[in-house]
Amino acid sequence: MLRIVNGEVYDPINGINGEVRTICVADGKIVADTGAGQTIDASGMVVMPGGVDMHCHIAGPKVNLARKMRPEDHRGDMLPRTSITRSGAGGSVPSTFTTGYRYAAMGYTTAFDAAVPPLAARHAHEEFNDTPVVDKGFFVLMGNNEFILQNIAAGRPEKVRDYAAWLLQAAKGYAIKLVNPGGVELWKFGGNVHALDDEVTGFGVTPRQIIQTLADVSTELGLPHPVHIHCNNLGLAGNWETTLETMKALDGRRAHLTHIQFHSYGGKPGGLFASKAPELAEYVNAHPNLTVDVGQVMFGDTTSMTGDGPLGYLLYQVTGRKWANVDVENEEGCGIVPIEYKDKNYVHTTQWAIGLEWFLLINDPWRIALTTDHPNGASFASYPRIIRLLMDREYRREMMKQVHQKAVAKTHLLELDREYSLYEIAIITRAGPAKLLGLKNKGHLGIGADADITIYNKDEDKEKMFAVPRYVIKDGRILVEDGHIREDTYGRTFFVAPAYDPAIEADIREHFDKYYTIRYENYPVQLEHYLPQHEVVACSG
Amino acid sequence: MQVDNVVCAFCGCVCDDISVTVQDGRITQAKNACVLGKAWFLSHGQPSDRSVALMDGKPASLDEAVDAAARSLTQARYPLVYGLSSTSCEAQRQAVALAELLGGCIDCCTSVCHGPSGMALQGIGEPTCTLGEVKNRADLIIYWGSNPGESHPRHMARYAVTPKGMFIPRGRKDRFVVLVDVRPTVSARAADLFLQVKPGKDFELLWALRALVKGQAIDEAGLADTGLTLAQLTDLAERMKKCRFGVLFLGQGLTQSRGKHLNTSAAFLLVRDLNSVTKFALVPMRGHGNVTGVDNVMGWQTGFPFGVNFSRGYPRFNPGEYTVVDVLSRGEADAVLVIASDPVASLPRWAVKRLSEIPIIALDTHESETTRVAQVAFTTATAGISAEGTVYRMDNVPLHLKSVLPSPYPSDEQVLGRILTRVKELKPC
Repeated sequence: MLRIVNGEVYDPINGINGEVRTICVADGKIVADTGAGQTIDASGMVVMPGGVDMHCHIAGPKVNLARKMRPEDHRGDMLPRTSITRSGAGGSVPSTFTTGYRYAAMGYTTAFDAAVPPLAARHAHEEFNDTPVVDKGFFVLMGNNEFILQNIAAGRPEKVRDYAAWLLQAAKGYAIKLVNPGGVELWKFGGNVHALDDEVTGFGVTPRQIIQTLADVSTELGLPHPVHIHCNNLGLAGNWETTLETMKALDGRRAHLTHIQFHSYGGKPGGLFASKAPELAEYVNAHPNLTVDVGQVMFGDTTSMTGDGPLGYLLYQVTGRKWANVDVENEEGCGIVPIEYKDKNYVHTTQWAIGLEWFLLINDPWRIALTTDHPNGASFASYPRIIRLLMDREYRREMMKQVHQKAVAKTHLLELDREYSLYEIAIITRAGPAKLLGLKNKGHLGIGADADITIYNKDEDKEKMFAVPRYVIKDGRILVEDGHIREDTYGRTFFVAPAYDPAIEADIREHFDKYYTIRYENYPVQLEHYLPQHEVVACSG
Repeated sequence: MQVDNVVCAFCGCVCDDISVTVQDGRITQAKNACVLGKAWFLSHGQPSDRSVALMDGKPASLDEAVDAAARSLTQARYPLVYGLSSTSCEAQRQAVALAELLGGCIDCCTSVCHGPSGMALQGIGEPTCTLGEVKNRADLIIYWGSNPGESHPRHMARYAVTPKGMFIPRGRKDRFVVLVDVRPTVSARAADLFLQVKPGKDFELLWALRALVKGQAIDEAGLADTGLTLAQLTDLAERMKKCRFGVLFLGQGLTQSRGKHLNTSAAFLLVRDLNSVTKFALVPMRGHGNVTGVDNVMGWQTGFPFGVNFSRGYPRFNPGEYTVVDVLSRGEADAVLVIASDPVASLPRWAVKRLSEIPIIALDTHESETTRVAQVAFTTATAGISAEGTVYRMDNVPLHLKSVLPSPYPSDEQVLGRILTRVKELKPC
C-alpha cells in the first residue's frame, strides 16, 4: 500500500476542500487506510486527483496529418529518448509519446480526443497504443453522417438511435460529437450552412433537426457523456446568435457545448469581433441542462485543426498559410491551418479575453471545463498559465496591459475581479470534466476511485506550481517525480457499448454496399487487437 | 475453405473484397483480385522450403540470426533502417523503436516514390479526400503521370471512374476522365481525353494551368516544347473550373521526373487554387500496399513522415540528408536493416555500391536480390496472408489485415521485436 500523508487534499467530488487527509492506494485504487506501507510525506503540498482533459485533439488522421504537414512546428522542441522513455517531437502537435509524457508530467492522467471520423477509428486507436501513461477515449463524429441525415429526413429517429449505438460500438468510441452540423456535408461541394434552419441541400434536414435528434439519441442510449456540440459558424463575427439559438433549440435536453469561446462573438459578419460572453454565460447560468468547455486562446504559434472543413478554408483565406482539407466519405471532413495568435492583434486579444470572461462569468464551476481545444486555442502545455490567470487577479491585470488595449477595453474583463480558489481549479481541471464525461472512478479520491493522483508543491506562482508537480501517481504507481517520467506505462481506452436493435444492421449493410469503399464486415474495430487495455463504461439506458 | 472480405495489401488500392480459397495448405484462388493481387495471393500462398534464417547464405536458427543481426547493428556507427512499405504498421512501429534505440537513421520507400508529395504537403498543405468521396461525388477525374491500368488495376473500376455513387448515379456516364502522361499507356483507353506531354514539362504545364485558372493570359509561344497547345490547356482549365467535384490523382510521373517536389508543389497549388472556384481534391497514387502506413507510423512516433535520423537521441528530419539514397551514396551508413523491400534491385547503382560494402540484415517473405547478398536474411510471414496487422490505403483509410494461411515463419513484427530485445541486452541504456 502507498500512503500519502500530511497533504492538503482538494477532492471536490467528496467535498474535501484543502483539509489535511491521508490518501491510501492499493492495487491501483483508492482504499481505506490500514496504516502500513510506503509513505509519501506531502507536507506543504497539495493533493488532487489526476487532471482530466475532456476535449483535445491528440490522435487520429487529422492530428497526424498536421504532424506530417508541419516539420517546422517540431523544431527546437525535441524530446530525447531516455533509458526509460521514447523520444519524440514537440510543438503544438507533439508526437504520440511526447503527448503522453507531457500530459503526465503536468499532472494530467486522462485525455479525450474530441473528433474522430469512425472510418479512421482504427488509426486513432493505433495512436492511443503509442500514447503513454494517460487513459484516453474519443468522441465519434456524427453531425454530418449521411446515414443519419437520411434517416432524420425520413422521420426515423429510432434508426438514428440504433445506428449511433452500432457506430459507437464499431468505432469503440465514447460519445456523440457534432461539428458544424450540416455544414460539413455541404462543404463537400464547397458550401456551408449559416443558420439553424438552413436546409442541408440534398438531404432535406436542418442543423436544428440534427442537433435535437442526436441530443435525444444520446439521452435515450444513456451515454455517460451527453451530446458534444461544436456549433455552426465557429469563428465568425456575430456567431453568438447561432450559439444562443443552439442553446434554445436544445430546449432542456442535456448537452455539452464545446470551445464556447470560439462561438461567443458579436459584431457584423466580416467585421471586428465583440464579446458576447456575458449574454451567453447568463443563459448557461440559467439553464442547468447545458455545460461548456472554454477553448481558451493563448498567444503564440499553434495549429488549427478541426472537423469543420469550411472553417479550415476560411482560416486559410484569412492567414494565407498552408491548408489541408480531408473530406471523409459519408461521414465528416477536416481542415488544418497553422495559426499565430498575436497579443497586439485586435481580434486575437478579443478571443483571449472572451475565454477568460467565460471562466469568470459562469457561476457554477461544475459546468465549465478548462480546455484550450488543444491545439486550436493553444497547446495543452499552457494550462498552468491559464490557471494562474484565473487564480491571480494581479497577474491577469498585468497580462491585460500587454495585449491590444482597445480590444481588451471593449470586453468586460476589466470589471471581473473573481479569483479561482484551488478548490475551484480542482473542479474545472479534474472533478468537473470527469463528472461531465460520466467517469465515475476518475476525478476524485474517494474509496474505490482509480488511484490517479497529482501532488503539487505549494507555490505562490500558480503557473510554476501546476507546471511541474512533485509526484504524479497513475493507477497507484508513482510514474512522475518533478516532471521526470520514472516508468513507461500505457493506460486504458474507454468506450461505450450501448444496446441496439440488430435489425438496423441490414440497413447499414445496404448503405455500405452503395456508398462506402470498404466492406461492412471490415469496418468495426477489432477489440482485442486495437484496444489491448480497455474499459467499457456502462450506459444507463 | 473460403475466406471472404480479405484485404489485399499488394498495392495502395488495398481492396478489401477478396474471397480467398485455401486448399491443402496453399491459396488456390483469390476471387475479385486484380492480376497483381492474384499473383500476390497465389505466389505468397505457397509452401516454401526456405530456411527461417540464412547467415551468409547458409541456413541458421532464428536465435543465431537474431543475435548476429543485433550484434551487427549494435556495432555499426551509423546503422540505417530502410524499407517497410510492404509490411504491417505493427512491424513498422517496431522498426522505428529499433532505429531510435540504435541511434541510427530510418527511411521508408516514400523517399523514392512520393517523398516529393510529402514535401509539397509541408510547403502548401493538401486538399484531399478519401476514395469514397471520389466514388460518391467526383465528376472530373484527372490522372497525371500515373498509369493505373497497370499499376493499380482496380483503381478505376472500384473508386474513380466507373462506380456509381451518391451524387454520381450513372457512374461512368457522369464523369469526365483525363489522363496526362508522356506516352499513351493502356490507361489512356479508359480516358475521355488523353493529353500527351513532353517528358520533363509537367511543371511548366501545371504552372500555366494555374495561370489559366486564375484568368491570366498565357503566351502560346511559351508552351512550344511542352507537347500541348494553348487551346488544349484552356479546355482543361475550363473543365477544372466547371466541374462540381474534381480529383487529381498524381503518379510517379510527377514525383520522380525532373522537378520532383516542384512538380508536386505546382500540382498541389493548382488544386488549392481551384477551391476558390469549385471543389477540388488531390490524391497521391501510393504504390506499395502499406507505404501510406509507414508515413503514418513515422508521423505519429517521430513527427516526421520519412527520412528520420536519431543520432542525437531525438528525431531529426531532412530529405536529402537522412534519406536512403543520400545516406548510402555518401558512404555514411555502415550497416543496414532492410524490411520488406529490395533496395539492391531498386535503388540507383551509386547507392547499391555502398550496400555491397556493408553488412545487410534483411527481412523478407521470399528470396530477393537483397536477401541474396545479406549477411543475415530472415524469412518472414507475409502480412495480410499469414500475419495479422494494419494497413493504410493510399487515402489513409486504415484496414485490418487477416491471416488466412498458417505460416512456419515468424512475422516481421516478431523478428523485429526479437532483434529489439537483443539490442537492448547488448547495448545497455
